[in-house]
Amino acid sequence: MTPEGALHPQTPAARLKWTLKDGWTVAHRDLSHWVHQPGQIVAGLIFPIVFILLFGYVFGSGMIPPEGGGDYIDFLMAGLFAQTMAFGIGETMVAVNTDAEKGITDRFRSLPMAQSAVVVGRNTADMLNSMAGLIVMIACALVVGWRWNEGIGNALLAVGLLLLLRFAFLWIGIYIGLVVKSPEALGAVWGLLFPVTMLTNAFVDPRFMPDWLGAIAQWNPISSTVTATRDLFGNPGAAAGQTWIAENAMMMAIVWPLLIVVVTLPLAVRRYQSLSR
Amino acid sequence: MGGDFAVVAEGLRKSFGTTLALDGFDLAVPSGSVCGLLGPNGAGKTTAVRILSTLLRFDGGRAEVGGIDVQRDPAQVRSRIGLTGQNPAVDEILTGRQNLVMFGKLNHLDAKSARRRADELLEQFGLTDAANKQAKSYSGGMKRRLDLAASFILAPQVMFLDEPTTGQDPRNRNEVWNVVRELVAEGTTVLLTTHYLEEADQLADQISVIDHGRVIADGTPEQLKSKIGGSRVDIVLNSVDELPIVAGLVERVCGNEAEVDPDRRRVSAPVKDRVATLTEVLRALEDAGILAEDVAVRKPTLDEVFLELTGHRAEEEVAA
Repeated sequence: MTPEGALHPQTPAARLKWTLKDGWTVAHRDLSHWVHQPGQIVAGLIFPIVFILLFGYVFGSGMIPPEGGGDYIDFLMAGLFAQTMAFGIGETMVAVNTDAEKGITDRFRSLPMAQSAVVVGRNTADMLNSMAGLIVMIACALVVGWRWNEGIGNALLAVGLLLLLRFAFLWIGIYIGLVVKSPEALGAVWGLLFPVTMLTNAFVDPRFMPDWLGAIAQWNPISSTVTATRDLFGNPGAAAGQTWIAENAMMMAIVWPLLIVVVTLPLAVRRYQSLSR
Repeated sequence: MGGDFAVVAEGLRKSFGTTLALDGFDLAVPSGSVCGLLGPNGAGKTTAVRILSTLLRFDGGRAEVGGIDVQRDPAQVRSRIGLTGQNPAVDEILTGRQNLVMFGKLNHLDAKSARRRADELLEQFGLTDAANKQAKSYSGGMKRRLDLAASFILAPQVMFLDEPTTGQDPRNRNEVWNVVRELVAEGTTVLLTTHYLEEADQLADQISVIDHGRVIADGTPEQLKSKIGGSRVDIVLNSVDELPIVAGLVERVCGNEAEVDPDRRRVSAPVKDRVATLTEVLRALEDAGILAEDVAVRKPTLDEVFLELTGHRAEEEVAA
């Protein structure tokens, strides 16, 4: 027997319920991908380890943390956490673009589902994915001797700021994924974005850079999150620099991501709606 | 507008920037029938399907699917339709069953019903053995069947198939045709776009030929074919000198004006009775002592349909 579909929700509460339920179905699809692609999970686990080894030991051997205090690993780790959150933009872009390319977005759009669920599902899946990645990375950091020194409360606050940064980059990713027409062009966009995620205070104190470059690195939204989380973790390097942007890092670690969301979320929604134009 | 039509379009207009994609597109598909939308690339077939399946908004005119106004209430239309685009839109990392369960849930079946419906569809579309394999391991034909099954979860009132067999080998094409016939047997109305005359001929009760965003001819396949003269006989000769003699001879046998193509050394003419005419042509050639290089009776190509209906060849449109 052919089943009957449910009636469309009439009240805002019922509509919200559909959005969440359908959003979870869409997110669940991404989570099921993990089960089918254990290789990707392993790669996801190895990636942070490689980064810690590469930056912490290969480059780190020649690095002195600013202010002279502590180990370079202690300085580096907050930077690596933040950079990994920013790198999440790549996964989001590719996922959004692939669905649009393969007609899956169109299929979703032709179903009697809550239309906002596509985006809600993308957000849920990517945030869960990033949380898992962050937990693995923190575990690796602990193994190589990194510690948080300001209590678990502050450490969780720092994790919150990192996830907020991820959330902001997620919306940039959705927007770019919808704008860019082909996977090849996406590769080119990633080539442009990669330096942006590197040009921060994550690896080197911007004061050691040429002035103009140092200024860009200081004002990079990622840098504010790095400085703020260094502070919350009680890691060295948080006090580096006497500039306004460095002194207000805690506030800017919230303002920057919110600003990015305020700009890119309406752009992404407009772009999604314009698929029907 | 009676309730007897599952799909109705009246004077639909749609432009993308300065490009006019639909220019007064009219269509009326009776419930339970198959309508073939036939035309070259760029004629507006896909635009029409995307509008009727709520994916695109339009600039002017009116459209109704399952008795619901498409522009005013797209959400209601979506619960009455199924859509398969030019490429199978399934998640290739998931298994066939996972795909169908997911799309079932997105059609708001509860988890149990979604699983039961998935199993039914896997059975119906001959995918039970591959149910737990990832869709990326499926053949082109299997992917297409999974795609069709995913559009068929609620047994929609209207099914839109946008070039369902483009790029498929003949075996897969036959599989898709069989599925479409099954859908119709269950009472679904099908709107199918294609640029294969044969496909429209095989499946459609009614064909609308579309060019430059409007329907330029419609009718049953038989009506359209008789309009353009049905089959043709082609005779390729060894020598250009014999062309006029053979042209005269063919015109006498077929009772139609023959077309002469000196470059290909070919005489071509429409025929009514395929077998009888072929026999007569061969006998006439033998009587005249002319040895032909090749003689064949064939169906008109889409190109000829277009040449006949529009005065230009279908190929010229491909650039768009």
